Amino acid sequence: MSMAEPSPILRVDHLTMRFGGLVAINDLSFAAKVGDITALIGPNGAGKTTVFNCFTGFYKPTEGMITLAHDNGHTFLLERLDDYHISSQARVARTFQNIRLFSGMTALENLLVAQHGPLMRSSSYTIGGIFGLSSYVTAENAAIDFASYWLEKVGLIDRADDAAGDLPYGAQRRLEIARAMCTRPVLLCLDEPAAGLNPRESQELNQLLLNIRDEEGLSILLIEHDMGVVMGISDHIVVLDYGEKIADGNPEEVRNDPNVIAAYLGVEEEQVDDVEKEIAS
Amino acid sequence: MTDAVASNKDGAATKVATSRDFAAAFKDAAISAGIALLLSVPLLSYKTVQKVVGLSLEDRWPLALGAVGIVFVGRLALNLFWWNRPQRVASATPEALKRATSYLTGVGKWLGVGLVVFAIIFPFLPFADRRMLDLAILVLTYVMLGWGLNIVVGLAGLLDLGYVAFYAVGAYSFALLATNLELGFWISLPLAGLLAAFWGLILGFPVLRLRGDYLAIVTLAFGEIIRIVLLNWYSFTNGPDGISGIPKPTLFGLEFKRSGDNTFADFFGLEYSTLHRFIYLYFIILILALITNYVTIRLRRLPIGRAWEALREDEIACRSLGINITNTKLTAFAMGAMFGGFAGSFFATRQGFISPESFTFLESAIILAIVVLGGMGSQVGVAIAAVVLIGGGELFFREFDQYRMLIFGLAMVMIMVWRPRGLIATRTPSIVLKERRAITGNLVAEGHG
Repeated sequence: MSMAEPSPILRVDHLTMRFGGLVAINDLSFAAKVGDITALIGPNGAGKTTVFNCFTGFYKPTEGMITLAHDNGHTFLLERLDDYHISSQARVARTFQNIRLFSGMTALENLLVAQHGPLMRSSSYTIGGIFGLSSYVTAENAAIDFASYWLEKVGLIDRADDAAGDLPYGAQRRLEIARAMCTRPVLLCLDEPAAGLNPRESQELNQLLLNIRDEEGLSILLIEHDMGVVMGISDHIVVLDYGEKIADGNPEEVRNDPNVIAAYLGVEEEQVDDVEKEIAS
Repeated sequence: MTDAVASNKDGAATKVATSRDFAAAFKDAAISAGIALLLSVPLLSYKTVQKVVGLSLEDRWPLALGAVGIVFVGRLALNLFWWNRPQRVASATPEALKRATSYLTGVGKWLGVGLVVFAIIFPFLPFADRRMLDLAILVLTYVMLGWGLNIVVGLAGLLDLGYVAFYAVGAYSFALLATNLELGFWISLPLAGLLAAFWGLILGFPVLRLRGDYLAIVTLAFGEIIRIVLLNWYSFTNGPDGISGIPKPTLFGLEFKRSGDNTFADFFGLEYSTLHRFIYLYFIILILALITNYVTIRLRRLPIGRAWEALREDEIACRSLGINITNTKLTAFAMGAMFGGFAGSFFATRQGFISPESFTFLESAIILAIVVLGGMGSQVGVAIAAVVLIGGGELFFREFDQYRMLIFGLAMVMIMVWRPRGLIATRTPSIVLKERRAITGNLVAEGHG
């Protein structure tokens, strides 16, 4: 008797997104397994970020279903939730392609804003907090400890009291991941986390992501152009081109898929062999 | 050892640089003097004078040469001492910068404490006559309004051009409750604040989706709508005639009157003085303003305050972190409106008479100017700006009469040129792990509505 396949944390069924006449995503279906790093790759304009925006509630998909399953068997239909409920109830966190930190606030403040929901409840929606109830003080200290834990983890504990906008670019990228982690997600969606990083920094990023997967037991969804990152850490890769899925499998399969090579080199499938020969010679 | 070598080298380098600089400065000054000479020969060196027989020329060479000399010496001095002075940016090491910012935050803190102490003893100072007290009450009203609007504009980054609407709602609620239902000051005041907060929510709903300029236009229209309704709803608000006979506040039932059953002067065995009532009003508005300040400072350190500031920094990131944008914006509008309503109630009871004329767009503009000039989000900055704009305007610019608004505008332009982010441009973090450092204003977003 074979082991049952672990149920996917995220299931995408027939997802379609149209902007007027433009079909950004066309009938996309795939599943991301629990505890996997799933990468979503494709040439520029393939619709990767649109897929992310559908997952995180910034767009309402035209058609299709996005199902997120928690450990305890609760399922959420993400396309029906408001954007802030996706973070606070379904526990999906995301980062952005162009960093969106609160640049005038300190690194620590950034991570506390991410714990807004629990802190709001413990301050009894501000009323208890304004009178300085001890339960709120305890909750705030716990929130600071949790933030410190993540600052430690991304190597920014010494810069906790610096404005986020003052940090170097690579540090801002890591802080954004830490901020997403402070919402205590079950699924972390990273939109090009390695963009603009130097090779050493993207190595560190790989370590951080593997660490998040293994130690925190999180599932990660990743959009990335840096093939070093993608091939190095992904368990599963989905390739998009013109809004359609053209390949789906482990890194080895995807690397050798003629469709993928064709899409990346910009030629027809039949010509791939010729082009490869040309490049090799 | 190496340090000494390095400093020696530096010394030599500066010496070389100075002699080269001097030559360059001299050359530049000579060129300027030459230009001055070319200009002064036709312009200054001859003057036509009328003599008995027609016109004749009188030469004025000393004047022309004097002008050339002034240009030469002045240009040389500018070159050597002013344009050549060490660049501040280059010399500002991180350490020095840190010291400067911590010094600034220290100054801000002590300045705040000093201002509060001064405000408390102010009515007992010798120069605090009736006119000064009246002015101080006016200034404090604007300080309170500034602090109230600061929640909406400075913290949440929502540009509100119709803040006077809440001031008006507060004033009219108070006046109508106090005159029609004969509720006392201390009951009408919180009710008026709550009603203003309610109108804050009503304004909040339609503008939730708007940002930036569009938000500003809708809030501006809202302010005008309230004023025009007050003007035209004659049966309820008495229209342009306004509401008069608004009761004065009492101190635990003691009235500030010359004669009566229960007067303040009788109770404490003092001689009656009209000043008593003004001092009492002064303390009411001082306490109201300090409550506004205290609540704002507290809120900033609570999750809701951080959410407001996060909203100002980046709304999309807020949404991705599970913050309910709708509630966050509405609470900001309601809190700001509530304090505006309190200030409005106070205005009504102080004046004893209100009419729609007091709530024009100019009021909104002045309150917004106080917040922007003070430095958005800075409590001390807003207080200073209110003192300078309102107090300074009344004390010093009275005699300029119709040029007053001109000077007011000019002063605002100049402050914005010199300090584009307001008087106090740094932001203090709401929470600290190890060391408090001020955040420079250019990192802090202004908000896009």
